Amino acid sequence: MAALLGPSGSGKSTLLTILGTLMKPTSGRYTMLGQDLVAADDCALTEFRNRHIGFVFQFHNLLPDFTALENVVFPTAVREGRETAQARARGRDLLVRMGLEARVDFPSANLSGGQKQRVAVARALMNRPELVLADEPTGNLDRDSAMQVMDLIAEINCEEGTTFLISTHDEKIAGLCRRQIVVGDGVVTG
Amino acid sequence: MLYGLKIATRYLTASKAQTALLVLGVAVGVFIFVFMSALIGGLAEFILSRTVGDIRHITIEADDPDPPVLIQRDGHVLAVIERGRTRTATLPDAATYLPLIEKVPGVVAVSPQIGGAGFLARGAQVAQVSVTGLEPGRESAILNLRGYIVEGSERLGSGVVVLGETLADDLSLKLGQTLRLQSSIGASAVLAVGGIYSTGNGMIDASSVYVSLPTARTLFALPQGVTRIEIKLSDLNAADATARRIAALTGLDAVPWTEGAEQLMEALNAQAQTGYFLKTFALITIVIGVASALLLSTYRRRPEIGIMRAMGAGRGFVIFVFVTQGALVGLLGGLSGAALGYLALLPFPSRDAFEAGTLPMDITQGSYGLAITLTVIGAVLASILPARSAARVDPVTAIGQ
Repeated sequence: MAALLGPSGSGKSTLLTILGTLMKPTSGRYTMLGQDLVAADDCALTEFRNRHIGFVFQFHNLLPDFTALENVVFPTAVREGRETAQARARGRDLLVRMGLEARVDFPSANLSGGQKQRVAVARALMNRPELVLADEPTGNLDRDSAMQVMDLIAEINCEEGTTFLISTHDEKIAGLCRRQIVVGDGVVTG
Repeated sequence: MLYGLKIATRYLTASKAQTALLVLGVAVGVFIFVFMSALIGGLAEFILSRTVGDIRHITIEADDPDPPVLIQRDGHVLAVIERGRTRTATLPDAATYLPLIEKVPGVVAVSPQIGGAGFLARGAQVAQVSVTGLEPGRESAILNLRGYIVEGSERLGSGVVVLGETLADDLSLKLGQTLRLQSSIGASAVLAVGGIYSTGNGMIDASSVYVSLPTARTLFALPQGVTRIEIKLSDLNAADATARRIAALTGLDAVPWTEGAEQLMEALNAQAQTGYFLKTFALITIVIGVASALLLSTYRRRPEIGIMRAMGAGRGFVIFVFVTQGALVGLLGGLSGAALGYLALLPFPSRDAFEAGTLPMDITQGSYGLAITLTVIGAVLASILPARSAARVDPVTAIGQ
């Protein structure tokens, strides 16, 4: 678990966007799992993103017309072309692990902020990615909900070995991470 | 693909009122398409049935021989006999061809006839008439004489004449009264009025009389053969092709009704083209409606499209979702519009029972399948632009929204 620290406008979100293959760097190299992600085309990047990277956004960004389970299952279903029973079972397991067993078939629009963010974490983990990029995952939550989400992230990091790179302003959240990376004016400074 | 269909369906059902309005808009366009098809088709059917439906569709007439010319040995023409106004040519072997013609596909009736001009006299009153000799038993083969009879019967026995109501009024003739019919070659016969008809066509009702074929043979001194063969078809639009077939089969000059009916055909074509224009406008309205609604939807769902792209949905998947929405809207609108059109056409009388004063709508010509197919194709085409626009959404910008 690593925290990405830095003032607003320092380039944290841009770095996460590049690492998430949603944007290409104007110069330099980016290699992950042996794949050159700067040279890769849009199709290859989409496939890579789906298999190896998970995202958690500040505003959870769930699909509002879908249930919690449907949101979680999305990354697998979009790859396989349908919602398999296996995928639904894994999605359900993840939601149970997030403490949302009573909200599995709830429309995501009806969930509270904390619940939505936990669904977003479950969705990010659905395809068992090697890297989860979290951009201010607790920035929009109250203290209790924020700690709940961070506890879950820490638990999954320990149990499954998933790498989390968390962009945050909150030093307390950063303190929960094993490593802190400081960014200033587009440069990693520490 | 199945998953894309699920997403597309969910998007449509998520905003039910908006989708219902969109489908309704498409349905109205399809309704207009169906209604116009039935109206234009019914109108053409009505006009054809009222103009050529009750007449021969193919006519076989013998060519008049060239008048003889008396030429001196040195080449000077001494005398020329000018062609008379009365047709004198006959088809002497008509009886041989009749069974052949009857077997041609599409032929429903064949009527050998002897026709000519004559005068109808009752006392001092005289009227010029067109005389047609029909084979007894085939009186209604071409003109539905039986259907037009207002008094008496259409049956043409020996010594019987059937004439129009206007002519009967002009000569103050009643059923059973006798009259003298003199042909253009001077032969005459005393006949009794066996039936009076009214076709509604002033020309026919005032100047056409029908006698039996044997009576016509006597009047026109034609012991064998006929002057023309009239043929009726099940599909009058097949007249050209069937005429060519009969000509090839018999070697006779078979003339379809379309020859000499250029003005009618032009009018029908103009009417059909008007219909095509109206239907095209209806389709254009559908395409614009679907395209604008989906463009709005694309704009509204930009953040969601961004999320989907971030989660690993390819551009092709996004295009499929939006094109499927267009196709579903087209299909639903097409089906409901066609159903509405069919229901709206139900109260109109069927094509066989068109009544004066009502719109001649033909429910069988609603082009329902075509309307649905074109609507789905149009809706799919209309959704391509919004779908491409959706696929080009930049996930970073969209998620930031």
